[in-house]
Parts: sequence; structure tokens; C-alpha cells
Amino acid sequence: MGLYQVTIAITVGIFMMLAMGLNIITGYTGQVSLGHAAFFGIGAYTSALLSVKAGVSFWLALPAAAIVTAAIGAILGAISTRLHDDSLAITTIGINFVVVSVFQYTQFFGGALGVGGIEYPSVLGHALTKPEYLVVVVVCVLLGIWFDRRLVRSWLGLALRAVGQNEEAAESLGIPSARFKIAAFAIGTAYAGVAGSLYAHFMTFISARDFGFPTSISIISMAVFGGLGTLRGAILGSLALGLAPEIFRPLVNYRNLMYGALLLLMMRFQPSGLIGDGSLIWEWLRSVAARRRKTQCAPGGEA
Amino acid sequence: MLWQQLANGTTMGMIYALITLGLTMVYGVLRILHISHAGIFALGGYLAVLASRVSPNLAFVTAAAMLGCGLVGLLMQKWLYRPLLAESKVVSLIASIGMFTLMEDLFRLVAGPYVLPLPVRAPFGLDQFETSHMTGNQLVVLIASVMLLIAAWFIIHRTRLGLAWRATEQDFETASAFGVNIDRAVGTNFLLGSAVAGAAGALVGFYYNSVYPTMGSVPAYKAMAIAVLGGLGNVWGTVVASLILGLVETFLVISPAGLILPRDSIAFIALILVLLFRPHGLFGRR
Repeated sequence: MGLYQVTIAITVGIFMMLAMGLNIITGYTGQVSLGHAAFFGIGAYTSALLSVKAGVSFWLALPAAAIVTAAIGAILGAISTRLHDDSLAITTIGINFVVVSVFQYTQFFGGALGVGGIEYPSVLGHALTKPEYLVVVVVCVLLGIWFDRRLVRSWLGLALRAVGQNEEAAESLGIPSARFKIAAFAIGTAYAGVAGSLYAHFMTFISARDFGFPTSISIISMAVFGGLGTLRGAILGSLALGLAPEIFRPLVNYRNLMYGALLLLMMRFQPSGLIGDGSLIWEWLRSVAARRRKTQCAPGGEA
Repeated sequence: MLWQQLANGTTMGMIYALITLGLTMVYGVLRILHISHAGIFALGGYLAVLASRVSPNLAFVTAAAMLGCGLVGLLMQKWLYRPLLAESKVVSLIASIGMFTLMEDLFRLVAGPYVLPLPVRAPFGLDQFETSHMTGNQLVVLIASVMLLIAAWFIIHRTRLGLAWRATEQDFETASAFGVNIDRAVGTNFLLGSAVAGAAGALVGFYYNSVYPTMGSVPAYKAMAIAVLGGLGNVWGTVVASLILGLVETFLVISPAGLILPRDSIAFIALILVLLFRPHGLFGRR
């Protein structure tokens, strides 16, 4: 892998973290958030400012960014319990715009100039090379996947899904939906905080523009494109849409056109996403798997 | 100075009201967040530029924009939103965002990334009218938008068509059982809502004498905020919220607060504050 490919792999890894986090909020718990990039930004700025202003190392700044972002995400979660569906979606757009303008217009956050000179991570005085940084990103993604798997199987994950599927029914079964929405926002935004920290220390320079509303659109598009509500969908969606600009590089002038058309056609003809539950490809894969299981069992005559 | 700002703010507010009116009409009936409404708004600007080559009369180019946008809106509803009604709402939202991205890029590819002028004259020489408080262009925009808003109010509240919309709004099945042709109600709703967006595009193009591919970007989301502030689906709430926002923006930007508050985030700050205390908008009904 050349350095160029490594850079792309790191970017895709960061998008995976973002899409996984959003999938917990929007996919599992059903709270449409169109402002996920705001939390990406909060994570990035937390990590960057800790590093630049307080000299904190990357290894401490990363968990700190996750915690700060999760705390702010929990506040948004608390707000969201007052809002429903469409109002919530629009409010999250608003939160994205407001957070970006705070970054852009406040001196403390570097204003329009952004924050530069962010420390590139090092271990025992050895600055990480790009491939080594990729390993850090991959470890974070794997931890994210592992946590997501644990979450889905836990009672917390079950409660989140219950709230996502039918809030009234969940409430009537004694699930306090408000508390679980807050939990979903805290967990999902913590993922975004980690992604932000990874981004800030990789770029070593960040500005408010990186975390604007278009980034939120990209993130939710990835989760929805792959298949909202499934971990595999978030992973594949961020991989596909993260690589799309590189694959379509010769067509750079038509990039937005293709991006829009891709989303439009996918939603129109395959609303459950590329490999979401009930999509053509996923159903086909499942039927193939079922047939193979059958043929494997048949010769022995067991099962 | 004060009067000028008042005129600026009121004109801005009326423009917001026009853009949001179609959105809130559509939301009232179908309950979808129609982001590509802003794409139709920009299309209105471009259709007006095209029509101005035939006749540089504002009334004519606005009518042409309304007609074209109404048809595109109708097609969009039939082809895109209708089949998605049964899906979760995030699906039509993302589809709408995809459509909006596609439209913006199409405008750029077809018409070029530049700002096009819209050289039209208002009927009766209204745009020549000039006082120290208000420019002719502002007068034209105010008169045209008041006319459109009254027409919309009349259709919604005084015709059988509007009655059908309001019935559909409350309950699809019950309305259908009482003989409302749902397909037609939703279709005409989209047709007229999109026509209003087209008129807004033409009028904004005339007001600033500029039409460009991303002219819908800010309205796309600001109009959403206004629609929620006014109570989604509520026409008068929308008009009042638009006027308040237009005035607040204009006066805040020239005040010292304008240094730290970017114009385009005011709507969202207001939105967040209002929703915290009144989750159904300023004038929303439960």
C-alpha cells in the first residue's frame, strides 16, 4: 500500500466510526439525527485544543474527546426527548449550523483560521508513520465493532431497538424511552468523538468547515446506503461511499451528480439499503447460505 | 435608516414566507421533509431566466416559472414520494436530499457555475417607484408575495380543493372513505406548492438580479426551520414566523450582535430555543 492508499484507508476508517455511531442513534433507536458532523467536530476540537493549548498527548486526548462528546451528546439526547420525528431531524440540522458557527466565530476555537499545529501521535518519542497510524484507526474501528456487537446483544441494546421500533409500545412495557434515547445519543456521539480525535491528529489542522452540514449528510447517507439499522450496513456503506470519490476521480466534475443520483435511486428502488434487512442482496445471500446448509446436511442424512 | 431596514426585513420575511409556504403545504398533506423543495425554488430562478429571453416582463417570467415548477413538483411526487409513503420517513428524507444534490449539480452543469442576471421589468413600471424608505424592487416583491399568499389562503380555506387537502391532512383513509380523491388531492397539493416555490425563485432572482446553482442551499434548511417555528402545516404561522425572522435577522446583523452571530444561524438558534419551550412551534396546534 502506498501512502496515498493509506490516507484513503484512514479516511474510510474515520467514516466507519461516524456511520457506526449514527447507526446506533438513528438505526437502532430511531432518532433521526442530521447533525452528526457537529459531534465529529466537537470531538476534533476537544482533542485538538487539549493537544495544542494544554500539551496533552494524543493517547489521553482521544478518550477525553470521546467523553466530552458523549456528555454533549447526552444533553442533545435530553433535548430530543421533547421532540418527535421531523422536529427532531430539523433541530439536529440547526444544532449542526450553530455548532459550526460557534467554532467559526469564537476566538477560543481559532475562529475562521481553525486550529493548526496539532501534535501527530507518537509512542516513546517515535512519531507514528502513516501506516502505523492506520493501525491505530483499525484498532479503534474493531473496538467499535466489538462494542456494537456487545451492545446489540445486551438488554440495553434490546431496549434501544424497542424504542426505535415503537416508542409507545416500549413505554407501555415499562421501558423509560427518554432514558434510553439519552443513552443512545451518548454512545453514538462517543463514536463521533473518537472519529473526531482521530481526524484532528491525522490532519494536524482543522477548521469549522470540515464539520458542516454537508458532512452530516455524507454520514447519514453512508448509514442509509449500506442499510440503516444494521452494523454491516454502516460498515459497507461507509466503505462504498468513502471510496466512491476515489473511484469516480476521472469524473470529478460530475461527483455530486452521481452522489445524488446514487442516493436517490437507492432509496427509490432499494429503501432498505445495499445489504440491510430485506434488501435484494441480503435476501439472496441468506437464501444461498440456507441452501448450502441444507446440501451440507443432506449427504450425512443428519439434522 | 430605520425605515429602510424595516423595508429590507419585511421583504426578506415575505421571501421566506413564499419559500416556506409551499414546503408547509406539502408537509401538511404528506408529512415528508421535502428538502428538494429548495431545488424547485432554484429551478424557478432558472426558468425565469429562460423565459426572460421571450419577454422581459416579470409577470410573464413568474408565471412561466410557476408552471414549469408545478409540473416538475407533480412529477416528483408521482415518481419519487408516492412509492415511498409506506417506507420509514428517513427513506424519503434521504431520497429528497439525493434529489436536491442532483438538481443543484444539474443546474451547475447545464447553466454553468456563474451568477446569471435576470433582466426583467415589473408591470406598470412598479420597479421604478422609489422613495427614501423603500426601493421599487421591494415594493414589487411585497405586492407579488402578498397576492400569492392571499391566493394560497383562499385555495386552502375557501375551495373544495383546499377542503380535500385539509381532510387528507387529518386522515388519509377517512378522507378517502368520504369520497376525497386522495391521489388528486396530493397531486394538486404538490403542483401548487411547487408552483409557489417557482414563483419565489423568480421573485428572488428578480430582487437580487441574480440566479445561481446554489441559490437553494441556504433556503433548503432555513425554510425547514421556519416551517417548524410556524408550526408545520400552518400557513399563517409560517407567514408570521417568516416576517419575524426576516426582521430579526436584518436588525441583528446591523447591531453589535451581528459581529458574533452569523445571519444564517439565527433561524436555528431561534428554532432550538422555541422548541425547548414549545415543541409544536410558535403557533403549532397539538
